[in-house]
Amino acid sequence: MSPFLSDTALIFGRYARQTLRSRFQIFFGTLMPLLHLLFFGPLLTDMPLSSQGDSWQVLVPGLLLQLGLFGASFAGFAVIIEKNHGVVERMRVTPVSRLALLLGRVLRDAALFVFQAVLLVLAALVMGLRAPLGGVLIGFAFVALLSVSLASLSYALALKVRTPQEFGPAINALAMPSMLLSGLMLPMTLAPGWLDVLSHLMPFRYQVDAVRDAYTGEYATTTMLHGVLVAVGLAALSVTVGTGVFRRAGA
Amino acid sequence: MAIISTAGLARTFQTNSGPVEAVRGVDLTVQPGEILGFLGPNGAGKTTTLRMLTTLLPPTGGAATVAGCDLVRDPAGVRCRAGYVAQSGGIDPTVSVREELVTQGRLYRLTKAEAAARTEELAKDLDLTDLLDRKAGALSGGQRRRLDIAMGLMHRPEVLFLDEPTTGLDPGSRADLWDLVRRLRDEHGTTVFLTTHYLDEADELSDRLVIVDKGVVVAEGTPAALKERYAGSADATLQDAFLAITGRGPAPVDTTPVAV
Repeated sequence: MSPFLSDTALIFGRYARQTLRSRFQIFFGTLMPLLHLLFFGPLLTDMPLSSQGDSWQVLVPGLLLQLGLFGASFAGFAVIIEKNHGVVERMRVTPVSRLALLLGRVLRDAALFVFQAVLLVLAALVMGLRAPLGGVLIGFAFVALLSVSLASLSYALALKVRTPQEFGPAINALAMPSMLLSGLMLPMTLAPGWLDVLSHLMPFRYQVDAVRDAYTGEYATTTMLHGVLVAVGLAALSVTVGTGVFRRAGA
Repeated sequence: MAIISTAGLARTFQTNSGPVEAVRGVDLTVQPGEILGFLGPNGAGKTTTLRMLTTLLPPTGGAATVAGCDLVRDPAGVRCRAGYVAQSGGIDPTVSVREELVTQGRLYRLTKAEAAARTEELAKDLDLTDLLDRKAGALSGGQRRRLDIAMGLMHRPEVLFLDEPTTGLDPGSRADLWDLVRRLRDEHGTTVFLTTHYLDEADELSDRLVIVDKGVVVAEGTPAALKERYAGSADATLQDAFLAITGRGPAPVDTTPVAV
């Protein structure tokens, strides 16, 4: 195995074990989307949402990305604590690959949030969601890519800020408007023109629209193409930024 | 041949209130197997120098080689050959001692079997065997410091950098740590580069001292030579010499007899 792959596996293993030790960390992330599913979802069932699918096919893709958005963007908290213990520096003085330091962590995050997404979809099935298996799997792939992107950026920001007191508000200030502007709860096709235009500046908008297409079994659409391009592009950019920060980190 | 040599090593930080020259040009050499005490007042640039020599921080000026590798051109080579134990240690308190050691070995690219064997070996050597399956957070200060040092030794480095290794330790644990440092040098020929604020420690442990102040080397020599030169006598305390060198205390005692 190449040093890069074994480094990544090593870092992934370390943080996966950390997650497995905490049932709280494993399940807590599902709480917010689950509450939306239970108490918000039923409000939409008879509403005209100007979309092909039923309301669950519109809402669940949004909740999946909400899960990634709020979960992964807070991933950096752990690295702030580690930084204060000197763990990040201790790893950076070893020959370990800097990309692996980031990738091992974000792959753990992707695995965690895809697991939570599976739980959420199971709950949604009970509530009344019906969607093709292929579409559901595509949804999980989008959750994974979004988690990789946001967790990378979150780690990068966390290595830059000094205290968790700065980090939490900063993330909240970014995540809330991102959620509203990308139409995670209700599709932006309902929006007045100016809001629709504004939401096109938000990368998550393309991803949620793509997953909504997937949930109605529409795989070969331009919406899907745009969603995939944005998701892959954002992930590549974020990993590059994150690795750069791990290379220079914590000065 | 020197195992560490620096020429004009410098680091300037850009801050909102203008550039801060933390290290302005450090020239020093360390011979293989030497225990070098690196002293200086708070803010003199000790930790910044250490962070440069361990590749954590790129220098903004000058050059250095560590264990035959150029700091700027071959940081990977330096990382393989040097160990660093920071003030904060770098242990996750929720992870077991064994897991931390094995992971550290693997980060240094030992195989699983090598890392496991080295863990047992170091645990035996540093009296950590009974603690291997405990959480790192449950260790006492002295045990914790031994673990920190074991982490820095997993890959049998030629040079070990220790940043204030005994800060916060009780006298017994400090004495144990001094023995450990001497043993490293005597048994394995490891070069040890350590910073400390305890002058008795520097005196006791170091073959040679380098004193920095305001980002430059202001004095160097054996403890005895520094006392002789700056405090007037080899029987003076290192404290007197240190204060005279860094100008942070009373001037050296005037040795001319007071006229009556």
